Amino acid sequence: MEAVVLVVVIVMLLSAVAVMLFKDFLAALAAMSVVSLGLSFLFVVVRAPDVAMTEAAIGAGLSSLLFALALRRLGLWRSQ
Amino acid sequence: MRRFTAALFLLGLGVMIAAIYQHMDFSNTAVNAGQAINAVAAEETGAANFVTSVVLAYRGIDTLLELTILFTAAMIGGMVLGRRRVDAPRDPDAGFILRTGADLLFPLLLVVGLYIILHGHLTPGGGFQGGVILASAFFLPLLARPGSSINQDVISIVEGLAGATFIIIGLLAMFDGKEFLTPLLDKGELGALISAGTLPILYLAVGIKVGSELAGLLAHLAEAEALD
Amino acid sequence: MDILDINIILYSAAFGLMLIGIGGIVISNHLIRIIFGIALLEAGANLLLLLSTYHEGASAPIIVDGSVPAMMADPVPQALVLTAIVIGVGILALALSLAIRVQRAYGTLDMREVRLKLEQEISENAGIEMPSSSHAPAVTTANSAAAQQESGS
Repeated sequence: MEAVVLVVVIVMLLSAVAVMLFKDFLAALAAMSVVSLGLSFLFVVVRAPDVAMTEAAIGAGLSSLLFALALRRLGLWRSQ
Repeated sequence: MRRFTAALFLLGLGVMIAAIYQHMDFSNTAVNAGQAINAVAAEETGAANFVTSVVLAYRGIDTLLELTILFTAAMIGGMVLGRRRVDAPRDPDAGFILRTGADLLFPLLLVVGLYIILHGHLTPGGGFQGGVILASAFFLPLLARPGSSINQDVISIVEGLAGATFIIIGLLAMFDGKEFLTPLLDKGELGALISAGTLPILYLAVGIKVGSELAGLLAHLAEAEALD
Repeated sequence: MDILDINIILYSAAFGLMLIGIGGIVISNHLIRIIFGIALLEAGANLLLLLSTYHEGASAPIIVDGSVPAMMADPVPQALVLTAIVIGVGILALALSLAIRVQRAYGTLDMREVRLKLEQEISENAGIEMPSSSHAPAVTTANSAAAQQESGS
């Protein structure tokens, strides 16, 4: 159990760093979704299934959609 | 220079957190309020999911204020983005797969969203999660066909009615001589679909309000003019 | 300190997310990157709030089939975080629409350029000479253009 949590935390923190370092905003957005998914797994680990569901629906789903729409409006919607 | 000061600031923050780690007692956290609520929540509200009882019964006013914040954010977002020009170019329709998939997914998303909202007092889930799924269900056709648009007037009417329902249920408790937002009606059997008094109705109102607000916000963002 | 203690792993995740978020806000110059930083900071804060009452071995605060578990997790911070996440998405949408507005008004999302244009606008409207930097003493007009370029780099 601890080993699985450790792996998820490492992946999550690495993708959080990637959000800040990626030049391409679309890739940064994808890394942001990975952070949200890892976080929702951690919420299940701390026995909060309600919060995990909210984070998966809102953090990984809706806010990625918001960011994607805004990037399209800002003209940053380009894969390099 | 600015980056150097920023790095220095981050280093200091890291050292501070490391110092907190040294003196942290990880295994001995106090949960007094939580234990008291866990002991009495099943009898007092009749909801099997205690998070629902806290969100809607013990901290109902908190939820009402939270809905107000969301409403304000959505309203200001719409105001800041403004209306598009009539002759502004629109995106072309999406491809065949996305259009067909949107048509197929719409009823399924609607059913899943309503299921999650209506079982909020029994299983994990509830108004917020289901409301987000409802919002994405109504936004999906707009993603497939950017030419069509959601009627913002209908959205604001639905949103206002849902918010009014929440407040009126709270006021009904006051007419009954209790405090604002006290759960009313029969508690019913623990774990049955129709139980917990007014909590499922309140969660339905929350779900519809969150769903319509977020759908309106997404539609506003999608309607804003693209630069390129 | 055992590295495989679950409490330490989870607290490291929360503090790590907050540190990366703050670092992004402080170091980055791009407005969208700053909004990403705000989202990361908020995620870390939510996890920290939930961890404040976490007990190993507690079960989720839900009664299944009428049997009440011996120890249940605290539902109060869970309810707080539930609402905080929804508020977070509202704030995110507001920040993104303001970013769209900033780009329409100034044509850029780089905070240094936005700040420069803001200062120019203010000094034009007020009819005063623009300072080369908010900290530097007043300089003559010939030097100010060179000083601006220096401070902007």
